[in-house]
Amino acid sequence: MTAFPGVRLHVVSGKGGTGKTTVAGALALALATGGRKVLLTEVEDRGGLAQLFDTARMGYAEHRLAAAPGGGEVNGLAVDPEQALLEYLETFYKLRRAGSALKRIGAVDFATTVAPGMRDVLLTGKVMEATRRSGPGGRPVYDAVVLDAPPTGRIARFLNVNAEVAGLAKVGPIHGHAQQVMSVIASPLTAVHLVTLLEEMPVQETVDGVADLRAAGLRVGGIFVNMVRPALLPAKALVAARNGTLGTESLAKTLEGVGVPAGALPGLLVEAREHAERVQLESAERAELARLDLPTAELPLLSEAVDVGALYQLAEQLREQLIA
Amino acid sequence: MTASKLDVDALIDDPRTRVIVCCGSGGVGKTTTAAALALRAAERGRQTVVLTIDPARRLAQSMGLTELDNTPRAVAGADGDLDAMMLDMKRTFDDIVLAHSDAARAQQILANPFYQSLSSSFSGTQEYMAMEKLGQLRATGAWDLIVVDTPPSRSALDFLDAPKRLGTFLDGRLIRLLIVPAKAGGRAYLKVISAGVGMVTSVLTKILGAQVLKDVSLFVTALETMFGGFRERADNTYALLKAPGTAFLVEAAPERDALREAAYFVERLSQERMPLAGLVLNRVHRSAVPSLSAERTVAAAEELAGRRGAATAEGVLRLHADRMVVAARERRLFERFTAAHPAVAVAEVAARSTDVHDLDGLRAVGADLAS
Repeated sequence: MTAFPGVRLHVVSGKGGTGKTTVAGALALALATGGRKVLLTEVEDRGGLAQLFDTARMGYAEHRLAAAPGGGEVNGLAVDPEQALLEYLETFYKLRRAGSALKRIGAVDFATTVAPGMRDVLLTGKVMEATRRSGPGGRPVYDAVVLDAPPTGRIARFLNVNAEVAGLAKVGPIHGHAQQVMSVIASPLTAVHLVTLLEEMPVQETVDGVADLRAAGLRVGGIFVNMVRPALLPAKALVAARNGTLGTESLAKTLEGVGVPAGALPGLLVEAREHAERVQLESAERAELARLDLPTAELPLLSEAVDVGALYQLAEQLREQLIA
Repeated sequence: MTASKLDVDALIDDPRTRVIVCCGSGGVGKTTTAAALALRAAERGRQTVVLTIDPARRLAQSMGLTELDNTPRAVAGADGDLDAMMLDMKRTFDDIVLAHSDAARAQQILANPFYQSLSSSFSGTQEYMAMEKLGQLRATGAWDLIVVDTPPSRSALDFLDAPKRLGTFLDGRLIRLLIVPAKAGGRAYLKVISAGVGMVTSVLTKILGAQVLKDVSLFVTALETMFGGFRERADNTYALLKAPGTAFLVEAAPERDALREAAYFVERLSQERMPLAGLVLNRVHRSAVPSLSAERTVAAAEELAGRRGAATAEGVLRLHADRMVVAARERRLFERFTAAHPAVAVAEVAARSTDVHDLDGLRAVGADLAS
């Protein structure tokens, strides 16, 4: 994407409820458009991607989720910490068989649930492996990898595996592995995007998240403002709606002229006032985001539920705003 | 199918209701509802404390929660007996350590890297500490109603599973295995364990490194002596949630993902025989003119499109049509939920055009909940 030159790993985070999985899906489609091959990964065992693309729940194997316009394709992978651990043991120690013994005594549980730094390094390690994987002739297998990541409140910690693991393992193989993961995540190959709504808490979390990421030495990519309401009233009317002076005789007349009963007017004015208050709030939040001075894309609020068709539309809007 | 109405005032007025747990997936408005319920209960005469996890800054300020100090404080401006506190997860964990072990051992635990990782991570510990704090508040007997907000988990179920998972782990075979070397004081342990276990230990050493294994070992040994069975503690917490007087409110917004999480949670609570009071459906869009259909409104707006001086009228109509479409979609999604769970009582809270960040705002939400 021209807004993020050189980035191969796109990490998408955001506060819960902001639609980050949807944005990650749309971003993957946008990146795949025009014949590129993209891997979309999730790490939280929710089956969110399968649901988004309306396919069967994904196992621990990469498979095709959707075709993108112009011959591209989006593949999906649900990274599971247990599988990632067994794969890690196999790759580095040829120890796949020891896995079941470890599992029996709870060592796998330990590594994947109780020692959070361990789990995170396994998850990010798998994503890093996919990002760096190359096929015949040394060409990367995936042109880009998109990660539907943990929420903003946890993202810096999740990605900063080096710091997390350094406390636990100052030397040794896990430490070495963490450093390798960091060499990709903290490099120009990776950008972290934050999804937000134009509401107080998500914007606050976004601002805090940007600071956290930067403090951890990670590169912040873009801000994706989701569920933006269209501006339906002229600017002057917005002010009047807030002040309660919108209900003029001429408005009443115009509405009556198109068959709207006069009795509906007070209710319509209430709705207009609420909309105007909302727009005012949104513009304050938008100004707050603008201070971050980062590439920003806006996605509209869809009045119908997000289906696969809508996802393609959102992808197109991302392309227009970020690749223009 | 219409769901039965949840009588919120009956719930909070009933002196037998001692604990209300607000749960649901992240971003559905749990914290605001918990605060609004607590304020309403206090203003209706209950001695109430609200335990919040991660409130928006201005909402926290409105309740006087300017510092994260893990201590309940009176909320100035509440017309009743209301205390509020924010959970400090690490501090709650530290307090347990300090309360249950001598100073030297406590310092050893607090300095252990595994303890630091576990006590400040979000996965499980926060849920566990929220329940721990709830138990502590309940034990003081200083309040007759405790309202708890739960951590912003991706999955509502984390909150029920985390305490058990932590308990099971700390009671598990790995722990037994790791405790041995520290107790036996070093290498001698190899003699007392079986060859199979020895293989596993050598694998662990190979992967983690000897220092890590030693840290883990010291950590769990310290915890072990401190708690005398972590599982018991987790079980007690679980029992508190099942005790009479506890009521669960599952929260959702009228969106697909949030309702799906809510459905899981409702099913899980019923499996575990935990008392579900009902569902709170937040951010419901309602129209002020429900009789004017979306189709008719769009037709009228089309007629005005491009006409001079009619932009405002057209905009007003399009706003209304949008609102009707959203309301209809929300209704459809929610009907699916009620069809699957017809016995769950429901309270709805209307979507607000601005954020709630003062007590009046909370009162309005509370009134909406009870209406």
